[in-house]
Amino acid sequence: MSGQTHGRTDAPAHGGAGAPVAEYEPVFVGEGRRRLDAILARYPTKAGALLPALWMIQEKHGWISPTGMAEAAEVLGLTAAYVKGVVTFYTMYHQHPVGRHFVQVCTTTPCNVCGAEKVGEAFLKATGAKRYGETSPDGNWTIVEVECLGACGFATPVMINDEFIESVTPESVPALVARYA
Amino acid sequence: MGFPHPTHPKENPVLSRHFGEAEARSYDGWVKRGGYRALEKALGLTRDQVIEEVKASGLRGRGGAGFPAGVKWSFMPKQKTKPHYLCCNADESEPGTFKDREIMRWTPHALIEGCAIAAYAIQAEQVYVYIRGEFTEPIQVMQAALDEAYAQGVLGPNAMGKGVRIDITIHRGAGAYICGEETALMNSIEGKRGNPRIRPPFPAAVGVFGCPTTINNVETLSSVPHIIERGGTWYKGLSLSNPKSTGTKLFSICGAIAKPGNYEVTMGFPLKELLYDLAGGMRPGRKLKAVIPGGSSVPILTAAEAEETLLDYEGCVAKGTMLGSGGMIVLDDTTDMVYQVMRLARFYAHESCAQCTQCREGTAWTVKILQRLLNGEGRREDLSLLLDLAEQMTGRTICVLSDSCAAPVVSAIKKFRPEFEAYLRNGKPAARA
Amino acid sequence: MSDLVKLTIEGREVEVPPGTSVLEAAKVVGVLIPHYCYHPGLPVAGSCRMCLVDVEKSPKPVPSCATPVAPGMVVTVHSEQAEAARRAVLEFLLINHPLDCPICDKSGECSLQDYTEQEGRSSGRYADYAKRYNPVEDFGPDILYVPNRCILCTRCVRFMEDVAGEPTLNVEERGDRAHIGVFEGRPLDHPWSGNVVDICPVGSLLSKDFLNKARVWDFDRTASVCPGCTQGCNVVLETRENTVVRIKPRPNPTVNRWWICDHGRLNYAWLNRSDRIEAPLVQRDGRLVPVDWEQALARVADVIRSARGRWVGLVSPAASCEALEAAAGLLKAHGGGGAFRVTEGPEAPLAGVPDLALRKERAPNVAGALAAGFTREWAAAAEAAKRAAVVLALDEDLGALGQPVTAGQLIYIGTVLPEAARGATVVLPCANMAEEEGTFENLRGLRQRYGQAKTPPGMARPAAWILSAILEAAGRAAGAPA
Repeated sequence: MSGQTHGRTDAPAHGGAGAPVAEYEPVFVGEGRRRLDAILARYPTKAGALLPALWMIQEKHGWISPTGMAEAAEVLGLTAAYVKGVVTFYTMYHQHPVGRHFVQVCTTTPCNVCGAEKVGEAFLKATGAKRYGETSPDGNWTIVEVECLGACGFATPVMINDEFIESVTPESVPALVARYA
Repeated sequence: MGFPHPTHPKENPVLSRHFGEAEARSYDGWVKRGGYRALEKALGLTRDQVIEEVKASGLRGRGGAGFPAGVKWSFMPKQKTKPHYLCCNADESEPGTFKDREIMRWTPHALIEGCAIAAYAIQAEQVYVYIRGEFTEPIQVMQAALDEAYAQGVLGPNAMGKGVRIDITIHRGAGAYICGEETALMNSIEGKRGNPRIRPPFPAAVGVFGCPTTINNVETLSSVPHIIERGGTWYKGLSLSNPKSTGTKLFSICGAIAKPGNYEVTMGFPLKELLYDLAGGMRPGRKLKAVIPGGSSVPILTAAEAEETLLDYEGCVAKGTMLGSGGMIVLDDTTDMVYQVMRLARFYAHESCAQCTQCREGTAWTVKILQRLLNGEGRREDLSLLLDLAEQMTGRTICVLSDSCAAPVVSAIKKFRPEFEAYLRNGKPAARA
Repeated sequence: MSDLVKLTIEGREVEVPPGTSVLEAAKVVGVLIPHYCYHPGLPVAGSCRMCLVDVEKSPKPVPSCATPVAPGMVVTVHSEQAEAARRAVLEFLLINHPLDCPICDKSGECSLQDYTEQEGRSSGRYADYAKRYNPVEDFGPDILYVPNRCILCTRCVRFMEDVAGEPTLNVEERGDRAHIGVFEGRPLDHPWSGNVVDICPVGSLLSKDFLNKARVWDFDRTASVCPGCTQGCNVVLETRENTVVRIKPRPNPTVNRWWICDHGRLNYAWLNRSDRIEAPLVQRDGRLVPVDWEQALARVADVIRSARGRWVGLVSPAASCEALEAAAGLLKAHGGGGAFRVTEGPEAPLAGVPDLALRKERAPNVAGALAAGFTREWAAAAEAAKRAAVVLALDEDLGALGQPVTAGQLIYIGTVLPEAARGATVVLPCANMAEEEGTFENLRGLRQRYGQAKTPPGMARPAAWILSAILEAAGRAAGAPA
């Protein structure tokens, strides 16, 4: 909504992949609706299913657009403003389209003292993304620094999309990037 | 065992015995290793007997606060007028801590069994296991184990064929450190922003969905089957120093150390041995400078202090710090303390939920002062200002996130003041000794 | 009294019911504990931490809004530790605050300003860092959001969620990036949303209607009752230079708690109309000419003396009980009666408060008019008026009636002169509700007094005064020899 000068660390500086947003395809119809109903059965309130529902939207669309928020609000009997408040609280929900591959590099203290910042730089270099949060010109890569991924003994842990990779070093980055290219 | 390293003779692997054994992840593999016998036994006891056994064991919360688990369970209403819930805190997000991740990855059924026993004891039919969103592999492993447990009749409307309903649901987080705080976690399950709640009311009275709730850490719950099977007295006997700290504990060691990993030792184990014997000591040519022993939120120990510390709740308090989650961040003589403290402060500023004024504004301000110092633009009064802000960020807010930001700042300035002063004087780090 | 809890606050003993918060208990003994997020009409958030006080035996200061009283509790508001804690909160709140008080509408009634002056530091230590900046946002038809001034107390969010029952506002992002937000295309247009401007403790939520209009310290304030509908919400009329510039709610636990609706809030321009009747008018040579009150009342006495036949009253349910009762008395004395009609609009309840709504009937004194004996039989009365000897109109615009209103004589008491009243025998200028004292009876039968907030224009007088003068004149006319 507002152009916060203190942007989120994963907010891209421009509109992500740059592809025009296609017409929104609803998530909670057919099989999606059945999945949601199964989730709803696990919670005493509809709102309880909000986080799982948002994951479903992101799974399908790669990010959670305002239309997605409105859809979640609609199926769970919430207001869109409420849903947006929740989406913006959790950093893993993308409020903007991101590159085809979304890379999160942990640079918090335990990994930091093991050279994690160099791993992040290696990803920028290998993918052509100019800076953290900004998608590479080919639309393929978005690299962000994240706070603690909870695998401090395996410095440096990196998440590429949903894959969790341990013990990444600056030297191992190019091969990793090549694997995804 | 010191996963990913082989078990060291000084370890006492109870929880970690089967880490690294792929077969232990399956139902059959787990049963072969003695799994679900404790649940079977517990369901044959009264609820009070289960609670008494856990009380007798002296098991204390492994998430950080160290509250006796059995006592916590006994706070739940005996007369059930509303649904009861059990929440398992698997939002392991405390920098330096990665033990719950390994428990879930390698021994998912141990956690499921612990959850089921606890659920029975507190009359909960629904258990929410709140796993942080980044833990994609633990989530997959846990979900597969749950599916098997349901298929085998361990869970569901007639758990273990004993006529008790126990459901377990994984609730995936989505990137918020603060959701590891128990009331924030409950809000997150309810589909809200993960804001910590003001207490009272306490969760045993008003928890998730407004109902009586108990919340325990992954490691705590995974210890329960062993206690039920082998008895509270056995567990209580596992103590090397203070009798109030019992059992074994997984310590995550990371940072500037030769063999980072999870080591399971008996409570009261000397930190020095953990560092130098089990975890292989410092990297070649490096010297120990400091240890943050309980995850990043606790006061920093100097090398000398660390080497005298006994690893239990009381042992850490005696050294002016806390056992916390047992995540040890090791810093060596190449570490720039000012920079790393700034990184920690930045972490907390990033994770502040924005409710309390001191935390929302104070964490961010602390980062700015430290960054200015690092840029060589620090001012004489900045150190006293940092300490003053830290004082007002401690014990003033709904939860302890702002305290957690203040603790490393204060202890670093107190114990490593010359490094801060070098930045003030020269605008750059002190020359390495 | 034994079930009360006894405690000491700032050295003063106080007894309050169990469950009362320390903050509310302090109010009882005249101690105002500074606070931002707390509001008696909202669920407790306990997050601004401004209301920290010291409680004996507690090592840490406690939030007084969220701490219930306990027997024997000893509370100190102005201890060194508690003051330091609050001073720190103020400093933290101010680091990103623009300090643009000279151009802020809230200046003069801003809690951040007040508490900073009371107990803040004389200067901040947030030296030379850029302040957070975000542009002003349009939240809805009457509301602007100035994020730079926001202290994230979330009163507005909680009002919309828990009182209005429609969570249109949220907190977005977290940490020091957090701000209040609305969803694109879902503006803050709830019929009660204006209350968020009142409860905003700083100048972050502003009314467009009031934007840059006045400095609040220039106001005169008068306790009044909202004339917008039959609910009878208690309000304050704020005037400057004899003009109503703003209407604010006045707390009343039984009628409107702390709230008023936007219809009532913004419905004040008519109180400032400049096309008013300023002098009594009498019909002379086919036109209305201004006269003084004595001549006008003499003319009324003539009418009373000469009229033979029925009187009919056409009255407004926005008139005071006093005026309506006097009018009813006058009509009754001449064997007549009268009726009223009410403008209607959609009913808009405030979900979180029982029995509080913007009512369908948009006039303040329907119950008062009924109590005085007027009926809702408007069509019949209008029909009867045509053949009546005298029609007494009381601030009724006589719109949509056949012309002429009556074949008899029309005595018109009003604030403005409608076309339909140009044939009146006598026109008597009356004050509007802001210009007189009076009472309205609300839909639950509660009679509430409103005060005079401004002076009426020219020679206009309160309708109740006019009608009693007429009654007196009528008495004289009856007593005089024919």
